[in-house]
Amino acid sequence: MADTPIPLEVRNIKKRFGDTEVLKGLSLQAHKGDVITLIGASGSGKSTFLRCMNLLEQPNEGELIVHGEPIRFKETKHGREPADWKQVVAMRAKLSMVFQSFNLWAHMTLLENVIEAPVHVLGKSKQEATAHARQLLERVGLGERADYYPAQLSGGQQQRGAIARALAMDPEVMLFDEPTSALDPELVGDVLKVMRDLAEEGRTMIVVTHEMAFARDVSTQVIYLHQGQVEEAGPPEQVLGNPRSERLKQFLAPKH
Amino acid sequence: MIDLHGYGPRLFEGALITVELAVLSLLLAVVLGLATATAKMSRHWWLHRLGTLYTTLIRGVPDLVLMMLLFFGGQIGINMFTDWLYYQFDVDIFINVNEFVAGVGTIGLIFGAYMGETFRGAFLAVDSGQIEAGRAYGMSHWLVFRRIRFPQMMRHALPGLSNNWMVLLKTTALVSVIGLSDMVRVAAEASKATREPFTFMIIVAVIYLLIASVSEWGFARLQKRYDIGYGEAD
Repeated sequence: MADTPIPLEVRNIKKRFGDTEVLKGLSLQAHKGDVITLIGASGSGKSTFLRCMNLLEQPNEGELIVHGEPIRFKETKHGREPADWKQVVAMRAKLSMVFQSFNLWAHMTLLENVIEAPVHVLGKSKQEATAHARQLLERVGLGERADYYPAQLSGGQQQRGAIARALAMDPEVMLFDEPTSALDPELVGDVLKVMRDLAEEGRTMIVVTHEMAFARDVSTQVIYLHQGQVEEAGPPEQVLGNPRSERLKQFLAPKH
Repeated sequence: MIDLHGYGPRLFEGALITVELAVLSLLLAVVLGLATATAKMSRHWWLHRLGTLYTTLIRGVPDLVLMMLLFFGGQIGINMFTDWLYYQFDVDIFINVNEFVAGVGTIGLIFGAYMGETFRGAFLAVDSGQIEAGRAYGMSHWLVFRRIRFPQMMRHALPGLSNNWMVLLKTTALVSVIGLSDMVRVAAEASKATREPFTFMIIVAVIYLLIASVSEWGFARLQKRYDIGYGEAD
């Protein structure tokens, strides 16, 4: 298995917004089946880091290697940009993202949302994509809701639908950007359950989250970020069970 | 019933010209409007400047003045060009500015500027998360435009678009000054000849009202289509 390329590797990512450096050289390797959780206070850069991985944000420095293929960059007067957008588009199709605010396309039904990218980006036939989409919706408990529009669904249902949309791409890596932060507390459980199932079946996942129980139970690696740097990283039992850094101890301490 | 003194068929032809003129002008205006909105939202300063220049110029000059400038001025310009061709290269051609083409061109150009503002506002009203989701799933710029930005933008643009269309429809009456036989011109001629202006003008008014009502119904149906997926409350 040694010659199978690593699904996602990022090296020394740096990102500046104006004069403020928000990411100060971050790296990670996601091997097949890894569940990496990124934790940290708000403003620590964890979401920005995740968004650099599929280039929704353009890192000012650093390398991005998807399935063994390095993304090429060039310098322009607007800053560093990908040299070949076709390469980026192909790369993004391998990494699907689940957003904090779901971002299901509002003018399409749930089913249409799930088949949209498989049909128009991957070039699957509508029939094949629809059959697959129905299975996936069934799996996240939304089989009955396929023809509903996002506005007719609860937040938890929308997020599970968004996960089905991500799965429909057969992604190498799934990126989750605080998937439960916008949900009412009673709806969080269903979404986390779906994510736990995905982890168990060996999906490669990178998850930005505030759910410490999820991080502890599911992840293979936890990375604690502070002001755009890795403060502590390792297996969950070590990072969450026996933190060395004072800041992390404070971060994990029960509030109030 | 009403005696049209034999002007019926010509009036009908005039009404057809009005409709053709309005529809073709609308198409041109929509294309120019989309281009202008895109230019104004571009990160290239010169495109932005060009879009602003266009909308400022058009919206600041009366429609009638623009129409005469483009029609007569355009003909003078073309004549100068063909004269130059003749003296320089001995090429002898004569291009006549067709009234219909000039009418469509001018009205399209005028309303393109208004549409540009309508579309720009509508594009900005589309939630950025919707576009980001498209990009994150490997859609190209064009695919995001076609599948997400355009359909979602249209929902916001339609009220302004239908308003612009109503004004455009009535602006077509101006083309009679450049000699195009639209229904207003036919009615004006008929009024003079028969000395029954009321008869002909009321007919013209009713026809305009009819076209406007039909298009209002059409726009309501379109709005329904683009509102799909959005709750009644939104």
